[in-house]
Amino acid sequence: MTVATIWVVVEPSNDSLTTTSLELLSHARSLSATVAAITWGENAAQVAPVAGEYGATILYDIGPLGGALPGVPVASAIAGLVSAHGAPDAILVPNSYDGRDVAGRLSARLDRPVLTNVTGIVDEGGLVTEHPVFGGTQTVRARFTAQGPGIIVVRAKSFANEPSGGASAAIVAAPVGDLGAEAGATITTSHVEERTGPKLEEASVVVSGGRGLGEADKYALIEEAAKLLNGAAGASRAIVDAGWVPYSHQVGQTGKTVKPTVYIACGISGATQHMVGMKGSKNIVAINKDPDAPIFQIADFGVVGDVHKVLPALIAALKARA
Amino acid sequence: MNIVVCVKQIPDPAAPQALDASHNLDRSGKLILDEADTYGVEMALQLVDKAGTGEVTVVSMGSGADVAGLRNALAMGAAKAVIVSDDSLRGTDALGTAKVLAAVIRRITPDLVLCATESSDGYTGTTPVQLAELLGLPSITFAKSVAIEGSSVKVDRQTESGYDEVTAPLPALVTVTAGVVEPRYASFKGIMAAKSKPLEVLSVADLGLGAETGVAGARQVVIDVVASEARSAGEKHVDEGDGAEKIVAFLESIKVL
Repeated sequence: MTVATIWVVVEPSNDSLTTTSLELLSHARSLSATVAAITWGENAAQVAPVAGEYGATILYDIGPLGGALPGVPVASAIAGLVSAHGAPDAILVPNSYDGRDVAGRLSARLDRPVLTNVTGIVDEGGLVTEHPVFGGTQTVRARFTAQGPGIIVVRAKSFANEPSGGASAAIVAAPVGDLGAEAGATITTSHVEERTGPKLEEASVVVSGGRGLGEADKYALIEEAAKLLNGAAGASRAIVDAGWVPYSHQVGQTGKTVKPTVYIACGISGATQHMVGMKGSKNIVAINKDPDAPIFQIADFGVVGDVHKVLPALIAALKARA
Repeated sequence: MNIVVCVKQIPDPAAPQALDASHNLDRSGKLILDEADTYGVEMALQLVDKAGTGEVTVVSMGSGADVAGLRNALAMGAAKAVIVSDDSLRGTDALGTAKVLAAVIRRITPDLVLCATESSDGYTGTTPVQLAELLGLPSITFAKSVAIEGSSVKVDRQTESGYDEVTAPLPALVTVTAGVVEPRYASFKGIMAAKSKPLEVLSVADLGLGAETGVAGARQVVIDVVASEARSAGEKHVDEGDGAEKIVAFLESIKVL
């Protein structure tokens, strides 16, 4: 191993860590002799055994943020850790709403470059990152040329989530330090949208709709089919941009990456933007009226037909089995 | 209410994309205003309109001489445009881009800076927050609505589980999603007016920068580009009223049902 130390930014989720955080810890462990995790919030005591189980020996705890958006205080605390303990070889950050804020802030604060949309990291006498481009048809491989720490922002589902059975990580306080005007963004109220069924990124079945649905009201069919299959409802960027469904449903380059057992694409032509977010699915089913739609090039089972006929029929068939 | 909107001119995403010999995106063809940036331009125009005073300035960076995309933003209603255009900018990374944009925005001292969450060509998605850090501004990313209330900006920010209401004192930087507003189309009158609106072209040297930009400033390098593992097409069936039935059978075969 040429890599001595990797720090992983791990995001709190209830009293544990997000799945992507665990994936990053699992992979960091295979690359580096020492892995430390960095987290925030009230639950360091509950998080430490989880971080340890996935390979971290130290858990740097920033503590409660008092309603501040995480980007600024977390980056400030990490910059403080670099001053206090020296720079690690790399800092891995989940590609999430808050993770991207942390990476951007930290990059400018440390004056270090950042590599984003990473789906693979290998050690070739130094860390090499892999980035899917052009809808995932090609992979760009890159590396940092400057002194570390390089900041690497990793997409969800890039690595397997494997516990190591390690002991609880030792909690070390990571103070935020003095902040200026840049720390002024404060959360006043949180709204949790009601969700029934599994999370999009964790569902074993995903049913997604696209422009081929014709109108916003038809998305209800996608939700109904997803529910009948105990799955989650996804969407193409086109209908998210059109305001039919919230951004949180978006699958693709700019949305979520999903790798379900089966992905059912309804009225989605298969823009490369979309494909990169779902081509890792174990099985792909596509319904589209255009026989030449690119989605059929990657579908294991395709139905050339009118989604307004096939989807209601599928819902009826699933209901009949229930 | 003076607002800067950072915009990018990109190769048309609908046209075939390729990497050049140095593994940079081929930008030799016609460039257009990134559609992702039209939401920020529209949001800025509406906020200035509501405030009843101020103007919208679009700020951009590029390695070529193209300005058609900026004219498009001016035609939508922005008052002026500034672009840092320099061959030496080719290969500049996200942080280098943020440094260039910061140098321009420091001259303007706006109340609010708007950006897209990410560009549609490079999609690194870190430049706006790097820019906020360099300018010492608070930032709120992934806005699905933006309002000015007194001397603060109030944003509904997309989260994993819904959205948060977030406020920050002005001046601040906000990144907007495509859901934030419906961008207008430029009117004929707007297109004509855009031709005479101020469009300033600066060089890297004009800003007193140099080492931060280009391939050397990026401090990261593409080693190679490899073909990804291809997925091949499977069975394709033309629906004759039995499409749903066939899908059910397929789902059974993979034990989902």
